[in-house]
Amino acid sequence: MSGPDATAPARTGEWPLFEVFIRGQHGLSHRHVGSLHAPDAEMAVKNARDVYTRRNEGVSIWVVEAEAIHASAPGDKEALYDPANDKVYRHPTFFKMPDEVDNM
Amino acid sequence: MAQADLFQALLRLGDNTLVLGHRISEWCGKAPALEEDIALANTALDLIGQTQMWLGYAAQVEGAGRSADDLAMRRDVWDFRNLLMLERPNIDFGHTMMRQFLFDAYHRAALDALARSADPRVAEIAAKAVKEATYHLERSAETVIALGDGTPLSHDKMQTALDLLWPYTGEMFESDAVDAALAAQGVMPDPATLRADWLAQVQTTLGAATLTLPDDPFAHSGGRSGARHTEHLGHMLTQMQWLQRAYPDAQW
Repeated sequence: MSGPDATAPARTGEWPLFEVFIRGQHGLSHRHVGSLHAPDAEMAVKNARDVYTRRNEGVSIWVVEAEAIHASAPGDKEALYDPANDKVYRHPTFFKMPDEVDNM
Repeated sequence: MAQADLFQALLRLGDNTLVLGHRISEWCGKAPALEEDIALANTALDLIGQTQMWLGYAAQVEGAGRSADDLAMRRDVWDFRNLLMLERPNIDFGHTMMRQFLFDAYHRAALDALARSADPRVAEIAAKAVKEATYHLERSAETVIALGDGTPLSHDKMQTALDLLWPYTGEMFESDAVDAALAAQGVMPDPATLRADWLAQVQTTLGAATLTLPDDPFAHSGGRSGARHTEHLGHMLTQMQWLQRAYPDAQW
């Protein structure tokens, strides 16, 4: 057990929050399915098994402590995403295929 | 009377999973954390599923026209063959998880041996159940370690639970004429042979949990033989069997 960290927010007595990602079947990527509380990562995997794979949903589980995730800020959405709207040439459908090419 | 022996032994297996399954289902909706609540309910469902298979086969072996439901819901205390430890009230979460761990360690070892039974149906049921028991054991062992090696309060609660439950563990490894007959036919292991593996697992886990094994060899018995249940089983059955007692043959 590590000692209390003076800069950390006061503990609420709650277990830390984990985000859960599950691979539905081989070949697919892991998808975010929800979150849960657990005392540590190992227990989080077990809790994820019990909470999110009761109906045969998965073949692999990832968990990550929610506070380890860095997210983009909703307020930045214009600067981040709008510039892509008028750059149609970034989509493959923008380009004409020569007639001689059957498939690509 | 090979069939009568097999019937008794199947009741012991099915009554263990039925009684423990019902006990831990009592946590549904009020476990200390949502995640534990769901996990305990999953375990209860696994155990009730195993009960359906064991008691279903028991009913078939008995050949008296009874079903698994009849065996579960229409027998009274003296006909139950479960271990005394499993009918004990839950008391608190620590006691529940300690009992779960002590049973899971035995259950996994027993199912592992039963999966090699000379009786194909017994082997089939055990092969399915052992996967569930393996997970139950992983989960309960980890929880026992976390609480035993946790705060002074959780450590004390786990030590108290262990001291309370220890005298009930010996019954798991008792053998009688039924066990001897089935072991001779290769249908079921002699429970006494499972003790060494169980003890090794228990010593490792409880050591990691910083808990002290009681050294009193006294063991309560009477559950699996049906000679003497605790006063708790009757109370549990009045709840569990209430519907069939009040409205016999009710359907939904």
